[in-house]
Formats: sequence, structure tokens, C-alpha cells
Amino acid sequence: MEKATLLDWYHQMVLIRRFEERCDELYQLEGKIKGFLHLYIGQEAIAVGTIGARKAGDHVITAYRDHGHALAVGLEPKNVLAELMGKASGVTGGRGGSMHLASKDLTFWGGYGIVGAHLSLATGLALAEQYKGTDAATLCYFGEGATNIGYFHESLNMSKVWDLPVVWICENNKYGMGTSIEKASAVNRIVDKAKGYKITSKVVDGMDVTAVYEATQKAIAACRKGKGPQLLEMMTYRYEGHSIGDRTRYRTTEELNKWRDEKDPIALLQNKLINEHGVTEDECIKIQTDVDAQMDEAVKFADESPEPALDTLFDHIYPATPGVN
Amino acid sequence: MPRLTLREAITEAIREEMQRDESVFIMGEEVGEWGGTYAVTKGFLDEFGAARVRDTPISEMVIAGAAVGAALAGTRPIAEFMTINFAFVAFDAIVNHAAKMSHMFNGQFTCPLVFRAPGGGGKQLGATHSHTPDVIFAHFPGLKVVSPATPYDAKGLLKAAIRDEAPVMFIEPVPLYTSPRVRDEVPEGEYTVPIGVSDKKREGTDVTIVTYGEGLHVSLAAAAELSKEGIEAEIIDLRSLQPLDTSLSVESFKKTNKAVVVEFGHKTYGIGAELVARLQEEAFDYLDAPIKRVAQFDVPAPYAGKLEKHALPDAAKVITAVKEIL
Repeated sequence: MEKATLLDWYHQMVLIRRFEERCDELYQLEGKIKGFLHLYIGQEAIAVGTIGARKAGDHVITAYRDHGHALAVGLEPKNVLAELMGKASGVTGGRGGSMHLASKDLTFWGGYGIVGAHLSLATGLALAEQYKGTDAATLCYFGEGATNIGYFHESLNMSKVWDLPVVWICENNKYGMGTSIEKASAVNRIVDKAKGYKITSKVVDGMDVTAVYEATQKAIAACRKGKGPQLLEMMTYRYEGHSIGDRTRYRTTEELNKWRDEKDPIALLQNKLINEHGVTEDECIKIQTDVDAQMDEAVKFADESPEPALDTLFDHIYPATPGVN
Repeated sequence: MPRLTLREAITEAIREEMQRDESVFIMGEEVGEWGGTYAVTKGFLDEFGAARVRDTPISEMVIAGAAVGAALAGTRPIAEFMTINFAFVAFDAIVNHAAKMSHMFNGQFTCPLVFRAPGGGGKQLGATHSHTPDVIFAHFPGLKVVSPATPYDAKGLLKAAIRDEAPVMFIEPVPLYTSPRVRDEVPEGEYTVPIGVSDKKREGTDVTIVTYGEGLHVSLAAAAELSKEGIEAEIIDLRSLQPLDTSLSVESFKKTNKAVVVEFGHKTYGIGAELVARLQEEAFDYLDAPIKRVAQFDVPAPYAGKLEKHALPDAAKVITAVKEIL
């Protein structure tokens, strides 16, 4: 990979991590974020590496742990943060919140909160592109916990029956909330579930952004060639709890430390930049301090933004259909 | 002008919209080769091809969810549930996804799709295949819910539904599909009937009957009998349950001061309950008698024919209700 690309990815991954750390503080220390908050720390390489492989017009759709994907598609941190703080300047005007970030312009169809449901929407996005005859692919993200719900099976089956251009990206972080994959799933490799539907699948090191990128690029290329759905099982780990308030009693500190010490995606990329691409530690620190400054500005922006006006409550329930209804 | 059955009018609406707009396609169980289990899409596969008339697996969750995704990405899907009873399987995709797209994402997304759902009881199909659950879907803002009672309205409302930018649950009363008494003059070609606008189906002075769907026809039959005794009922067909237009109902009630609500769904928490609330809120001073509700009894639909019919509204029950308040 080119050094410039790796540096860009490094910047994005640091941004996502700092963003999430600031969210944690804003929630737990300052009470400025409410409701659910699902942090993406540990999984940054997946959003950055996969979205780095997409072309404009390819669809992105994910579950409720969606901040990383929102930032990776190019939404501004200040508008994402404003959304989390329930402000009118948020990416969905304060109506969606943490789980429902989205941007039509960036063909990022959101963040969804019902486990597995958005896989059916992804099936439809891919169906629409096949129907229109474009070469756009759909990237659909979900946790391994979602592979036990009916939506997963119906969606994978339909995607293969119709050979739809969708890349199923399983972010396997080993736990669906607090229940381990061993306890919850009769089949412990998600690629094996894909095989049951004759879907080409591959296990990928989800902590290695380059591996993530390369696997995704191949999967998207296969979609564009009409080879139908592809599934990537990204092995990863979330450092924080399922959501704020989760004390992670279902796993050991040793397990967490092993992932964090040996497999941290940002540390791995930083080592690669320094050892293989002649980047200095100071350059890395400069990126981190730039991100800190960007986050300071984002927090200030979100803090100072007004809340949605009460008279907008009923906006957008039904879109206008001029001339008919 | 051709006289069509309700089913023929629905078929004509879908065909015309698919001919008019290439972004419209239909998918569902048995819509293609079979021609639709109620033969609504008979011949469509030959006319429009397999890309636009899509047979699906038996997978209601993804049928509904894929319709949402395809609508987001610029097509206008018609997703058919073989019967509305199977829409329960897809409840999450309908009310938690389709209905939420516009508001939850701050108006960025539109979700222009139609869920077609044949419904209704009285066919001895047993407890799980005989529901009239229309009101459940009408409970959720973001989803439009329409149920026509006449072929003219069916064609015009379905064409409007397909063109609407919002998701529409289009509920087709199966008992009316081929009924000769429902056959009606339907103009060929272009016209639409607006969603969210009720319609006066009979003029009267003595009592207001508010109804929709199959309820319209038992109400009309009751009104014909009552007329022989000098009682003239005014009948309002809601046509849409969400958005709900109560303007004609309130206006009529202010004239007659008495009302009966007739519906084929269960009585408890039904359309009747909503209408009673609206009428007393908006026209309390005009109330001369209790507002009556004629609805399906609160019992799972039994298989045995006479037993099932006993649980459903009919003209005699409407006549009794009217006479109780006159």
C-alpha cells in the first residue's frame, strides 16, 4: 500500500478512536449524551479498510455501532457529535441519535437498532442496483450475534437466489451483548453459515486495515462482475462494553488485554508506518494532536448548536407527494 | 365504461402503473409463475418479465425489508403479502423500518413502496388466516394505511399509493374481490383517488354509519332495509385509516346526531373506538344517543362456517344497532 493511503487510514482510525473516547467522557462525565451509546473502539480498522475500498455510489448500511462507519464515509465529526447531543445541526437533525446516523448524499443509509433487520434493507439496496443495471455494490455490516436471527438467513438466502451485489461484512467481536458466540451459535464460524447458502466467504484479520481493505476490494470486484453476494468474517474485538453501563463481567481482563496489547489496529498500523514506510513517531503524534484539536472544535460546535425547535416535531412523518396525495 | 370487480380494478391499477413507470416492480410469494394466489397478477410475468415480476422465497421479513431498501435506492417496489396474516411475520420491517425512514432520518430518505395485503375473514380459513388487523398497522405514524371498498376507489387509491413517496399498506378485502354486488364502473386509464380523504357513499338524514372496506357493503345492505321503514342512513367510507380523515363523519354526525361504526376487525381497540373518541371530542354537543359499534366479536376466528359468520358483522347486526339508538 502507498504510504499516503496508509497515513490517511491512520488519521481516520485515530479520529474514530478519539471521537469514541470523547463520547464516553461526554456521556459518563458530562451527561451531554443520553440514551444508548455503543462505542467502536478496537474495531476501527474494519470501517476504515472496507469503506476505503468502495467507490462513490456504493451503498453502506450498518447496525447501531455506527459512529466509525459514519466518520469513515466522510461525515464531519462535529455533525455526528451534534447528533449524539441531540442538536439540530446533527446529521439527522437530532431525530436519529447515536444508532441512526445517515447521509443520503454519501449513500450511507444508516445505522439501525434492531439486530439483523438492516440486512433485509441491504438486500433491497443491492436488488435496486441490479434492477437498475448499475455496477454499485452494497456493503452491509453486522455483528456475529446478528447471524442467529431470521433476518440474516432470509437475507443471505435471497441474496444468493438472486445473486445480488452485496458484501456481507460480519464484524465478529465474539460477543452479542454479553453472550459469547460459543454460547449463542450452533456454528461458531460465520463463514460456515455462508457456505450453507453457497456464498463465497473468507475469514479476515479485522485488526489489520490492509488485510481488511484487500479482502473488501476483491469482494466488491466479484460483486461488480456479477458473481453475487460475498461474505467477509472480520475477526475483531470491542474494547469497551456493549454499551455504556456494561461492566463486561462476561469476559476476562486477560482476554481484553491480549487483544489490546497484541492486536490493536492503530498500534499495528503505526508500527508498520514507522518500520516499513519511514514515518517518524513525531509525525504520528502530530496526527494525534491534530485530531485532538479537531475534536475540541467538534465538541464546541455541538455544545453551542441549538436544539431542534419544538415546532419541527411533526416534520417529515410523511414526505410530500405533489399532484397525487 | 367497463364494469370491473374489485380484483380486476386492482390488477388494472398495477398494470397501468408498471406500464407508466419502469421503476415500479412487484415481488412476493407466487406473484409470477402462479399469477398470484388470488390471480391478481395473472399474465404479468409474460407481460413484464421476471425482473419486474419477482417470485420470492417464503421469507416475509426480507420481502418487506428488501422492499424498504429498494425504495431507498430509487425504485418503487410493490411487495405482496400472500395474505395480511403473513404480514405479522414482517411486522418489524413494516412498522419499525418502512414507517420510520422519513422522520427518523430527518427527511433525507423517502421510502416509496406499497405493501399489498389481501385480508378479511369469513372464508373458513381458521384462526390464523382470517384476520382483519388493519387498525394495528394504522397505529404507527409514518405508514399510510388504505383499504378500498369499491372497484373505482381500489384502482384510484392503488395508483395513488404506488405514486406516493410514503410507504403505504394497501389492504384488499378478499371477500369483495370477485363479488358481483361490488362490481362497479371503473374508468379506463388515468385517474387517482387521494389517500387520506373519506367519501360519502350514501345520503341520509337519520343516522350516520362510518365504515370502510367490507363494512361498507353490509352497511349499504342495512341502509336499503332501513329505508323501507323510512329510516335514511348516511354512510361515510373512510377509505384510508392513516391518515384518518374524520371531517365528513363529523359533519354528518352534526346533522344526524346519531352514529354507528361498522368494521370487520375486532371490537376492542378498533376503528370504532377511535371514531367514538373523535366524534365526542369534535361534536360532543351534537350527541343524542350512545355511539354504537358493530365489529367482529373478540374471539379467534373459528373454522366452522356458521360459527365464524356469527362472529362477523352483517346487515342484521347493523340494523339492530341503528334501531337501538333511534
